[in-house]
Amino acid sequence: MGDIAKYLGDAGTRSALLTMLLDHIYLSLVPLVISVVLAVVLGLACHRFRWVNTVLVSVSNVLYTIPSLALFVIIPAVIGTSVLAPVNVVIALTLYTTTLLVRPVAEALAAVPDHVRAAATAMGFRPWRRFLTVELPLAVPVLAAGVRVGSVSNISLVSVGALIGTGGLGVLFTDGFRQRYLAPIIVGIVLTMVLALVVDLILVVLRNALTPWTKAGRS
Amino acid sequence: MIEFRGVTKRFDDGTIAVNGLDLVVEAGTITVFVGPSGCGKTTSLRMVNRMIDPTEGTVLVDGKDVLTVDPPKLRLGIGYVIQQAGLFPHRTVLDNVATVPLLSGWSKAKARSRAAELLELVGLPAELGKRYPVQLSGGQQQRVGVARALAADPPVLLMDEPFSAVDPVVREGLQDELLRLQAELDKTIVFVTHDIDEAVRIGEKVAVFREGGILAQYAPPAELLVRPADDFVASFVGKDRGYRSLSFVDASGVEVLPAETVRAPAASGGWQLLVDAERRPQGWSGPDGTVVPGGSLYEQGGAIRGALDAALSSPSGLGVVVDTDGRFAGVVEAHQVLDVIESHRG
Repeated sequence: MGDIAKYLGDAGTRSALLTMLLDHIYLSLVPLVISVVLAVVLGLACHRFRWVNTVLVSVSNVLYTIPSLALFVIIPAVIGTSVLAPVNVVIALTLYTTTLLVRPVAEALAAVPDHVRAAATAMGFRPWRRFLTVELPLAVPVLAAGVRVGSVSNISLVSVGALIGTGGLGVLFTDGFRQRYLAPIIVGIVLTMVLALVVDLILVVLRNALTPWTKAGRS
Repeated sequence: MIEFRGVTKRFDDGTIAVNGLDLVVEAGTITVFVGPSGCGKTTSLRMVNRMIDPTEGTVLVDGKDVLTVDPPKLRLGIGYVIQQAGLFPHRTVLDNVATVPLLSGWSKAKARSRAAELLELVGLPAELGKRYPVQLSGGQQQRVGVARALAADPPVLLMDEPFSAVDPVVREGLQDELLRLQAELDKTIVFVTHDIDEAVRIGEKVAVFREGGILAQYAPPAELLVRPADDFVASFVGKDRGYRSLSFVDASGVEVLPAETVRAPAASGGWQLLVDAERRPQGWSGPDGTVVPGGSLYEQGGAIRGALDAALSSPSGLGVVVDTDGRFAGVVEAHQVLDVIESHRG
């Protein structure tokens, strides 16, 4: 414990930790937000066109078998960014999270009862408005469950990025291992866990605010 | 007015859902499309608001070919009630009802106050407006579905098996409610059902469809029961159609006779009607003074079917007639009722 207090006692360390934490938040949540948008668009495409579904399912299965570290290294080679650019991590995590979210979104859209969809059409909703105001809101509970998994997974995967030097709290692990110094490792673990829990809490609050109707059924 | 002119619908797989339909739905009436499943009744209904477009022929609403109107615009003027209600689970009851006014560009406040009016119109308490559909019974959901379809006051109302998912008692209540609403609102209603009893009960005219999307008969319900066009209609209309047709026969020729009433059972050697202080029938006192529950009551002014049923179901053989307040008005006998029925045949 003395070690950790001494480690945190240094103002320079604390400001470095803050930078890493902000980097970490940026690297894990930006892909999450992009993925939600992509997954909704792709999920809609899967739901409307069967072939998109078939293609996406095979592509996503292959994608998921690529280890994250490998993906971090492959991406710069494919898109021509520098190996150390944070954008590599953002792209890689966006790919993972989108893959994770597409299928549940497509299934949630398919689960909207036909009579609800038909009633919306018959009342004069144009297709886009129907999607945005009826079908998408009904998919929110499933989407939210996927986003919670995605946020935790991203927050932990960003640490792997430190191995190729892209910043975030993972740097604490690489530094700690290199210097055989336990304090930064423990601080890194605690900060990562707290971050994951806080983000999850925010997501739960957000989901509850968006879906008051899901609680009505249980009361 | 809704008019089908030579309308045929052939689906991509080659099945013919509707075959050469010619039919006119008069404005301000309830017209029922009835038939077994796969007879094209729902397809026909959905061609009115362009949920389905015909392969051949024309559908006109108030003289205008629906194919010339942009579907979402067309639908804003045509109310639609679907089986299982189709309420939006994520919106409150009030917001569900306000849907079409909002789509038509009303302000939120105006749409909501209109929605509140409609909840009252369909007989739902205002506090239900804050609930979500899942918190309502099936019958209440259907009422909300009707309120939602009526919200923007469309001249035409399409109802696709709206009451088939609720139990028979609730269904009958909803049918009565619809008839009451229609007396007030005077809409052009097309109502699809597979239940011939429902069709005969609420329809001013009934279109019977048969497999292959062919219109077998289009007639007022009494005519359907008395003069079915062919064997298919006769068998679809079902058993007891002779008896059921009595629902459409006037009972004014049946003489209502006086009868002795008592306030307490007594052994008098004959049947005496028990009534309460308000002269409401309470059952019969048998010859030995035992109390026997009464039969069905016939309300004065009702169809002759009720008079006959009252006589046949009464333990004393005397059908009990009541006035509109439920007070005892006299009795009828089955043979008298039958005489009147015979005279109507004449």
